[in-house]
Amino acid sequence: MRPAPLAISLWQIAATFASLSLVAIGGANAIMPDIHRRIVDVLGWMNDTTFANLFAIAQTAPGPNVLIVSLIGWHVAGFAGLAVATLAMIVPSSLLAFGAGRLMARFARLRAIAAAQRGLVPITVGLILASGVVMGRAADHGALTLAATLGTALYVFASDWNPLWALAAAAAASLLGSWLGIAG
Amino acid sequence: MPSSAASRSVRRMELFLGFLKVGLCGFGGVATWARRVVVEERAWLSEREYASLLGVGQVLPGPNTTNLAVMIGDRFQGVLGALVAVASLMAMPLAILVLLASLYERFASVPDVAAAMSGTAAAAAGLVIGTALKMARRLQPTRLALFFGLVAFLAIAVAGFPLVAVVVVLAPLSIAAVWLERRP
Repeated sequence: MRPAPLAISLWQIAATFASLSLVAIGGANAIMPDIHRRIVDVLGWMNDTTFANLFAIAQTAPGPNVLIVSLIGWHVAGFAGLAVATLAMIVPSSLLAFGAGRLMARFARLRAIAAAQRGLVPITVGLILASGVVMGRAADHGALTLAATLGTALYVFASDWNPLWALAAAAAASLLGSWLGIAG
Repeated sequence: MPSSAASRSVRRMELFLGFLKVGLCGFGGVATWARRVVVEERAWLSEREYASLLGVGQVLPGPNTTNLAVMIGDRFQGVLGALVAVASLMAMPLAILVLLASLYERFASVPDVAAAMSGTAAAAAGLVIGTALKMARRLQPTRLALFFGLVAFLAIAVAGFPLVAVVVVLAPLSIAAVWLERRP
């Protein structure tokens, strides 16, 4: 997909994503419906199909989920758009995280801060587990993919070996499966 | 669980290489790979330190993993460390993403590529699930922590509640519970 020749100013891109940055609690995936509404419905920078394709590409690539924003910037305004969208999305929230990190380090001995950190830990782990299950539900459409999910989960849980081996094995198994005509 | 690694010093080059690897490997979101590199491979942080920083990164707005990179970078190397960590986290994925997007039309329609990608996506889900379970085991949660982690998991993965709502309701409750439990 090549960047569309649309006259969208870099300012508009910066303003759009900077305003989303500080409301994105839970990261880029949590505000995906909002991003979609603004980009497709309100601003009309692309249609539904293009948005869905960009989202699929962003999910395929390694890296933070926020990359969908970079890709939207690239699609509407080339490399300058990519840079502006990415920076607009991460600079405001990064400044906040920087301040929060400094405050937490400074007041680490306060009981309230210690309780806040301890209290957030189980929720964090619960959310990671949930996102794994949600990802699995989207990715598993047959015995082979289900086995890949469960096998990799076991591998990671029970060993400290590099997870890339499990990912590579799953890719190879799926490829073999498709050559032999075994469904997903 | 390993003892506190807070006193460890991490050089800027190490931050750069570490987060470069996190970004490059980060299929299916980056938090699992950040944990792999930061806790398991390089022992910059203990399991608990990592989980509590990630917890803070998750309740703050913005991408969890850039928030996390900012806080870890700042902790070891100040402002410059934060910049190095975020930039190296984003660099490789952005390059790969633009390449993928440029090749998209050809790449998505090749059946072998599609098969391998579907296996990888399924394994990535397993990677996330396995990481969450491993964190849960190594953190040695109290009964209360186990309860809140389980509720967070069920609320998202089974009930399908929005993430922001789950965090806004559960985080204060969990923090209050820790506060009361440890009342002197």
